[in-house]
Amino acid sequence: MENVMGRVTGINGNLAKVAFDGAVHKNEVGYILVDSKRLKGEVIRINNGIASMQIYEMSNGIKVGDPVEFTGELMSVELGPGLLTQVFDGLQNPLPNLAEQCGFFLERGVYLDPIPDRNWDFTPSVEAGDPVEAGSSVGYVPEGIFRHEIFVPFTLKGEWTVKSIKAAGSYHVRETICVIENARGDEKELSMVITQPIKQPIKCYAERLMPDEPLITQLRCIDSFLPVAKGGTFCVPGPFGAGKTVLQHMEAKNSEADVVIIAACGERAGEVVEVLKEFPELDDPKTGRSLMERTIIICNTSSMPVAAREASCYTAVTLAEYYRQMGLHVLLLADSTSRWAQAMREMSGRLEEIPGEEAFPAYLESTIASFYERAGKVRLNNGKIASVTIGGTVSPAGGNFEEPVTQATLKVVGAFHGLSRERSDARKYPSIHPMDSWSKYTGVVDMELVEKARAVLRRGNEVNQMMKVVGEEGTSDEDYITYQKGELLDAVYLQQNSFDPVDAACSPERQKLEFACLYEALMASYSFRDKKEIRAFFNSLRQEFLDWHGDLFGTPEYEARQNKIKELYMSGIKEA
Amino acid sequence: MQKVYTKIESIVGNVVTVRAEDVRLGDLALVGDSYATVIKLDNDIVSLQVFAGAQGVGTRDTIRFLGRPMMVSFSENLLGRIFDGTGVPRDGRPALTENMIEIGGPSFNPSKRIMPKNMIRTGIPMIDVFNTLVESQKLPIFSISGEPYNALLSRIALQAEVDVIILGGMGLKYDDYLTFRDTLEKGGAMSHTVMFVHTASDPIVECTLVPDMSLAVAEQFALQGKKVLVLLTDMTNYADALKEMAITMEQVPSNRGYPGDLYSNLAARYEKAVDIEGAGSITVLGVTTMPGDDVTHPVPDNTGYITEGQYYLKDGHIEPFGSLSRLKQNVNGKTRNDHRALMDGMIRLYSQYKEALEKKSMGFLMSDWDMKLLKYGELFESGLMDLSVNIPLEDALDLGWKILADCFEPNETGLKTDLLKERWPDKTAVM
Repeated sequence: MENVMGRVTGINGNLAKVAFDGAVHKNEVGYILVDSKRLKGEVIRINNGIASMQIYEMSNGIKVGDPVEFTGELMSVELGPGLLTQVFDGLQNPLPNLAEQCGFFLERGVYLDPIPDRNWDFTPSVEAGDPVEAGSSVGYVPEGIFRHEIFVPFTLKGEWTVKSIKAAGSYHVRETICVIENARGDEKELSMVITQPIKQPIKCYAERLMPDEPLITQLRCIDSFLPVAKGGTFCVPGPFGAGKTVLQHMEAKNSEADVVIIAACGERAGEVVEVLKEFPELDDPKTGRSLMERTIIICNTSSMPVAAREASCYTAVTLAEYYRQMGLHVLLLADSTSRWAQAMREMSGRLEEIPGEEAFPAYLESTIASFYERAGKVRLNNGKIASVTIGGTVSPAGGNFEEPVTQATLKVVGAFHGLSRERSDARKYPSIHPMDSWSKYTGVVDMELVEKARAVLRRGNEVNQMMKVVGEEGTSDEDYITYQKGELLDAVYLQQNSFDPVDAACSPERQKLEFACLYEALMASYSFRDKKEIRAFFNSLRQEFLDWHGDLFGTPEYEARQNKIKELYMSGIKEA
Repeated sequence: MQKVYTKIESIVGNVVTVRAEDVRLGDLALVGDSYATVIKLDNDIVSLQVFAGAQGVGTRDTIRFLGRPMMVSFSENLLGRIFDGTGVPRDGRPALTENMIEIGGPSFNPSKRIMPKNMIRTGIPMIDVFNTLVESQKLPIFSISGEPYNALLSRIALQAEVDVIILGGMGLKYDDYLTFRDTLEKGGAMSHTVMFVHTASDPIVECTLVPDMSLAVAEQFALQGKKVLVLLTDMTNYADALKEMAITMEQVPSNRGYPGDLYSNLAARYEKAVDIEGAGSITVLGVTTMPGDDVTHPVPDNTGYITEGQYYLKDGHIEPFGSLSRLKQNVNGKTRNDHRALMDGMIRLYSQYKEALEKKSMGFLMSDWDMKLLKYGELFESGLMDLSVNIPLEDALDLGWKILADCFEPNETGLKTDLLKERWPDKTAVM
């Protein structure tokens, strides 16, 4: 295909207007040639023969008349073996390689190959003459602990047959390993790398399933009270300083997903550095290998160009869908979707579109909805069950959940983990608000019992409010016990110390056992002489539970402590 | 090849437009004799933002395009000098033109950053003990007008162990500027200080250049291996200048009149704070005044999402609640073994003091424990929270133990027994 050329006729911020000859498609990629540099951009509107392009780079230095090269291709990512462990920017530029080439700063107009330049041991799984279609696997290579399937491109239409395929052996990632042809005699050469437009969901699966299996995060408060499902969606809104990012890092570290993709979208660079330096040192709870081996980081921090921030979330979800095609459970954590929405707002403003609420574009809700809808649990064509789970943080202005991004997100997610400033100020972590938050999924313990426990929490909170008015002396002993029960549940179950090596990750078995034990203690009816005795009793019970969290699961100490706790709360009942 | 244009098409706010060709976005131009920068191109219509404001610009004034973006001179000669927002000397000494560098350069590659690990000592217990300032941190002081934030800033500048101090003043009152200058001179810090100052009476566009000028210079010093501390006061004025410019350019406002890209603009500046592998570092300390003490106002709110914590200055002291240094965990484990535990323990007790205080004001019965808390709170406020206190970290920690010992029995502090054994002033009291 011949390249269409154009010329810049106007520029405002990172929006360029381009006059062109020939055919230009909406959302196709073009390059503006400035001072021998090629700046990537995407056509986002065509009006009166002028294409408006958003430029993914700093736009300084562009002048009217600069040549533009259109590629005819939609904004895409390259998919192939070697993506895991890497750190990309929003356009899939590998950042460490970029640093090697350009030094300390992100030079614009430099685009590097995202797929590592190396050989892989390929094993074919089809033979010449086999029928294939989009998303069929033609073979696989070992990528770390996974069997990395090599696919027929997901965008290919129609039915094809394998004409030739290489025998098992070591091949370069870009080498042709398979040739396919269709009934019309068109031939296509396939290597281990395929391209996929980032705004087009990969749909090469048999059917979408109900997300009914919990995704274990090893956080008690989530797994038991506000569960997340494999293939589900959840959002974490919270004011600044409430611990959104720490919570996401905990989820990235301890969740039982096969692959974790972290999209740092418009947030602090320092936080990405923490992941970068910390993850290679940590072990995957599932496999015992380095955490980095199951992680991809897409990092478009707040100071990087805004337009690329918009792309970064799509890049991340496309990579997630790619690994889902291999039968894996993928967790995508996007931090933060508000910055992504703001990037849309900036662009919308430059396009002079009619603004909606708080100047966000009118299509904000549908865009957020279609992003979260790319999550899902599916049965692949080969019968395997796989999933993409999306968790996005939201940074509402002023911590007010009534703003458009939070509201649009709440409409489409299956679980809502609202963080509260009150709880984080009181150093109660994770600071997920236990009453305001909700989840539509099923967790690891019996949800009926959880509801009953939640009722205790709610009642305890009511008593607490009342006590602020009438004082401790004006509260009945019975109410005071309920209040203490609520506090106990909060302190020993909902809160979790992420810095403690044992407490940081709580396995589902342990959660079940500890919840059962706590549940009995909560439901028992106690009787004491006075408030002082009540306070002392619950203080010691809390202390025992907290110490219990420090014991390794299944050890004799653990069981001894469990018995001690039982004795302790039984003693409270006996006095009745 | 410098072409002169003499037909200005329109003058709106600080923006003039002229028909010209071969002009690049971001280029500098001279409108009459004041600088302007190209902010928009539409065919041959060039929009220029005039730094000194468009007051008195005539339609027949000459426009010369300089063919280069905004730059600032960088060399050791900058040290001890004072400039305005466009880099013109304020101190009556000759202008610098050697080694010009671009301002507002590209972002730092995240994979080249390193984890911050060095504490910056300030001699202020509320910072050193409770919310430690860390090299390469970006931290604003949230405050309301009338609080001594500039005094606090210059004190930190004087006491911090850094190689270069860069002060970016935006919308400063003239006397504040003079105070800064005199304080730094008296303190002997002027020789390693560079000041870019925009005062409240200067043209508004210059205000928006101050952070970029300051940070571009800081970046160069840091690349040379220097530890640089950048002080930006007041970032709310910077945001207000952005707002004013956006509104005159008829941009759709997003929240309370601020432009939709406020977050990106603030982030691009604050994110210049960096610890460079194998070279120096940039620490950014800003001031954000909160109109009406409202932390949900767009400027403090957006800032809070960008920076690594905040110091909340209220009633003349740094509030223990609301203040936060997100990076303190990186350093306070290595200072002294009692630092973390004492920090947490004292804050916990202080919050109980606040509750006791509330109880007292509601007229509830005061127990012995409440009385102890009240005594503790008073000692804590006068001994550690008062901004005039100036002691090194170690002395502050010792003082903390002394205050605890004056008010409580060892087992009432909630601190671990082995730590109490080691640090409690009266050893015989600890069993």
